[in-house]
Amino acid sequence: MTQLALVIDLNVCVGCSACVTSCKEWNTSGSAGPLCDENPYGLNPTGTFFNRVQTFEIGQFPHSETLHFPKSCLHCEDPPCVPVCPTGASYKRKEDGIVLVDYDKCIGCKYCTWACPYGAREIDEKSKVMKKCTLCVDRIYDMSMPEADRKPSCVKACPTSARLFGDIHDPESAVSLAIREEGGYALMPEWGTHPANHYLPRRKTKLKIHMDELERADNPLKVDGHLPKPAKDASSMDDASAW
Amino acid sequence: MKPAFSVIFLTTLIGAAQGLFLALFTHQSYALFGLLPMQSDEFYGNGSAIAMLLLGGGLFAAIFHLGKPIYMITRAWRGILQWRTSWLSRELIALPAFMGVVFLFGVSHLAGFRPVLLTLPSGQPIDLSFVLGVVGTLLAFTLFVCTAMIYACLRFLREWNSPLTVINYILMGGSSGFILAAFYAASAAPDQADFFVGWAIIITVLAFAGRAASLVRNARLKPKSTMQTAIGVKHPYIVQRSMGAMGGTFNTREYFHGKSIAFMRAIKPAFLIMAFVVPLALLAFGLFTPSLLGVAFVLQYIGLLAERWFFFAQANHPQNLYYQTIG
Repeated sequence: MTQLALVIDLNVCVGCSACVTSCKEWNTSGSAGPLCDENPYGLNPTGTFFNRVQTFEIGQFPHSETLHFPKSCLHCEDPPCVPVCPTGASYKRKEDGIVLVDYDKCIGCKYCTWACPYGAREIDEKSKVMKKCTLCVDRIYDMSMPEADRKPSCVKACPTSARLFGDIHDPESAVSLAIREEGGYALMPEWGTHPANHYLPRRKTKLKIHMDELERADNPLKVDGHLPKPAKDASSMDDASAW
Repeated sequence: MKPAFSVIFLTTLIGAAQGLFLALFTHQSYALFGLLPMQSDEFYGNGSAIAMLLLGGGLFAAIFHLGKPIYMITRAWRGILQWRTSWLSRELIALPAFMGVVFLFGVSHLAGFRPVLLTLPSGQPIDLSFVLGVVGTLLAFTLFVCTAMIYACLRFLREWNSPLTVINYILMGGSSGFILAAFYAASAAPDQADFFVGWAIIITVLAFAGRAASLVRNARLKPKSTMQTAIGVKHPYIVQRSMGAMGGTFNTREYFHGKSIAFMRAIKPAFLIMAFVVPLALLAFGLFTPSLLGVAFVLQYIGLLAERWFFFAQANHPQNLYYQTIG
């Protein structure tokens, strides 16, 4: 079984929102119709997005850090939004695990948004149907594109490669490796939704130097300074033999 | 959650209709076994017509819960397809089924078409209207369960995720319907009004207890999801600085009632008084002054609208953790 997913590396996300604009550009231009905006140039612009970058401040000044947090549909392996849909418009694809909405079947009752703990779905205020991330399903299987382009639009756009895309059920895939080796985690694990998308935590690279790396470890008798060896601050053998 | 008026009217109107039908058929059952005097066919038939009006009103309100009203014609039929998994789908089947049976129950009385279908061992004849009444009773409870389970099955909306939700929908609908039945009987069969008033008092007291229990339960709930589990960062101080939108989004509009804390505090005692205390007092007086029963139904209905508004508004969706600041 395949489960396509995104793995988002919070360690390198800089919050530039390139994924947001690239997602919107691709998904508002497709055959499924636009993702509608209201007052795009007005005082309170609002519209439908599949992906947003949020920012959190962790800790208190001066010991605080900024976390940029891209958020989109997590394509849960046990999606709570799917069984509640009365029309079958929301479904999870067996072949690749992508959770999708059939815009022609959706009646806009919003019940699925109540059932999603992550707030990943947004109604399109013009067409009045529910919309959400498709993992660019109209892109990743498009054989007319070069293979390198058959990735979700957000993944292609990320300048820091913070977004990885692949099959998390394949233990050798880059995403599985990243989850396994870089501490990938799921959001709100308490609800048992088993999100397919994972996040890699912020990690700091620290150089650890132990005392025995500064001083000789192979000196069990502490005979440094005794004969025949000179003390550390005394002239060395080289000095002694150099005359 | 943001209360949708379409759903508030739908659930309160069909709740009253289900309660009214249950009241009428309870009376007919008592009468069948000689515990009460059997009333005329017009009494049960006209009562069913009132229930049909309420159900029709509820169905009309439901249209406005769809994305576009036109979806009622073009797409709503699909809503019955996922009955295996969706309580909403089950409700969409149970509601028309219940309406159909109430209609047939009313017609069988008004048309006087009540052929005897079987005879009990005691020699008691069971006619068509009684069979329809039994089916209607089962469907009324099915519909109550389906309606309530739409909310009770959502495990992370913990204010709803409780058997009390189902019990309270049944009790509050029953209370509303029995009070309406008492008012109806006060004009159509005055000597039977006390029977309905008695049951209405019992059910209203139970509904009061059930709703109070759920309020106590909800006041003690501790959220399972926190800022820490929402973004997966273990730190006691996490503040959102940006939601990724400037002018608000669907997520900032749909999941919050938009009223002040003071309003939420005020509406709770208000609906408890309007939906339970005032009707109970009026029911007690209504035993002597039947015209008060109509006032009791109307005031309680307003109270139940407030109750339903509060029911939706009180549910705190975990997605709100991701939408705490505009910036």
